[in-house]
Amino acid sequence: MSVLLIAEHDNSKLKPFTLNAITAASKIDSDVHVLVAGANCENVTKEVASVPLVKKVLWCDSPNYQNYLPENLAPLVTKTAEKYDHIVASANTFGKNFMPRVAAALDISQVSDIIKVSSPDTFIRPIYAGNAFATVKSNDKKKCVTIRPTSFDPAEKTGGSAQVEKIEAVDVPNSSKFIKREETKSERPELGTARIVVSGGRGLESGENFKLITDIADKLNAAVGASRAAVDAGYISNDHQVGQTGKVVVPDLYIAVGISGAIQHLAGMKESKIIVAINKDGEAPIFSVADYGLEADLFKALPEFLAELNKLNTIQK
Amino acid sequence: MKILVAVKRVIDYNVQIRVKEDGSGVHTDNVKMSTNPPDDNAVEESVKLKESGKVKEVVAISIGEDKAQETIRKALAVGADKGIHVKADNYIEPLGIAKILKKIVEKEKPDMVFLGKQAIDDDCNQTGQMLAAMLNWPQATFTSKVNLKEKSVEIVREIDEGLETIEVNLPAVVSCDLRLNEPRFASLPNIMKAKKKPMEQINAKDLGVDLTNRIQQIKVEEPPKRKAGIKVANVAELVSKLKNEAKVL
Repeated sequence: MSVLLIAEHDNSKLKPFTLNAITAASKIDSDVHVLVAGANCENVTKEVASVPLVKKVLWCDSPNYQNYLPENLAPLVTKTAEKYDHIVASANTFGKNFMPRVAAALDISQVSDIIKVSSPDTFIRPIYAGNAFATVKSNDKKKCVTIRPTSFDPAEKTGGSAQVEKIEAVDVPNSSKFIKREETKSERPELGTARIVVSGGRGLESGENFKLITDIADKLNAAVGASRAAVDAGYISNDHQVGQTGKVVVPDLYIAVGISGAIQHLAGMKESKIIVAINKDGEAPIFSVADYGLEADLFKALPEFLAELNKLNTIQK
Repeated sequence: MKILVAVKRVIDYNVQIRVKEDGSGVHTDNVKMSTNPPDDNAVEESVKLKESGKVKEVVAISIGEDKAQETIRKALAVGADKGIHVKADNYIEPLGIAKILKKIVEKEKPDMVFLGKQAIDDDCNQTGQMLAAMLNWPQATFTSKVNLKEKSVEIVREIDEGLETIEVNLPAVVSCDLRLNEPRFASLPNIMKAKKKPMEQINAKDLGVDLTNRIQQIKVEEPPKRKAGIKVANVAELVSKLKNEAKVL
């Protein structure tokens, strides 16, 4: 009854969400094995082996897996899955890309984006952009499951010493080619894992005005988010988008500025621990989920907010 | 070249979802339905490729009850040439949908299948990838830019870290993101013309594929509600509450 988890990494380092997925996998079964497929990714195998919840690491090293092309990765996962009852990955753009290929190859109906493990075959997953929670039971013999990383705590990183076993690469179809990856570089914390997120919406009125948001974010060591409306209006790039079609974030503090609170935005942030809304429209739906609402003109409120924050000296870096 | 574009009829994205009291699902009676939003982007891109001269024919397909034909007609009204309605009255999981699409692909022989990255009802994000795997085709998911070449297609994809560019051989499955394009509205004359475009009807049961659902829905419930918060009078009060009450600063 072991679980096979597919690690996400950049060939030198493990991506943090894999730790959240490991926690989820361990709730399905304690015998968690992790597949690290990549090119020259030995460091990653060491990182994974030191996670106490991991019982075994399977390491497959080949240039074919360097860029996680799903056409190449899925056949390896499918073959490795023979000995496992559950195949698990994060429900982010990594796991979403290859896991359905594995499920289809194994004739399994995948359970996507779970937020809770009720039992090894029963899971809770949000549907309709988080406006409803479905409890579902998989009747397939094997199960392919993707996990919403922010719904599970990251596993402890050190203290373990799992065995690392090398496995053979499998044939690839050579039907796809990686060209390049343009990663958005930022000095700020990553949106998906930041403790504080400051988001702006259409109320900002322009891309230049987003400086009001970034100034606050820098003061709080926060990530910068945005509503789909702000992204569509071209104020900020899409990788900042929070919502059903962007990222789901669960920070300790979420500050929504000039965001009305469309259903699709709420889907991405309403599980945050504390929500602050600053909006000049007192009827805006965002206030219905906010712990603290400030009905004010953001162009006046944000500079004041920054000034007040500057008076505090307790900001955690 | 030929494109098969798959569209799904879903509850309109502006509708506030209401969960049924008995936990069996969500209310769909008298609720506004429309095309799944990223499927509109898939249709738009297919039609644009046709207008560019690179693609000869665009076939729109939808699987579902009779009303799915409205969704197909909408695709025909913005420029698709032909519709295929695969009639199925019950919910079919993405695995079954992919099996149906595979059958249609084998018959229609398109060079590309376009569809939305995800349906906004069951939020599964599986169908395109499953179809690609079943056909043993390459795939491009979360597509935000399409550059069609003679034997391949170069794709810019939206990934968590930013953007990724890949090139996949044809035939291929392309799942579309919302920033791929701006879907057009159908003009009234085109809506009238669309009524005369051909629409093939097939019964899902006649396709000879296993459509048994493997996932049992035990219950659907409302997510836990947030307790109502308070309004603060000014910025100073806000900062004080965040620091002393919520203790997040």
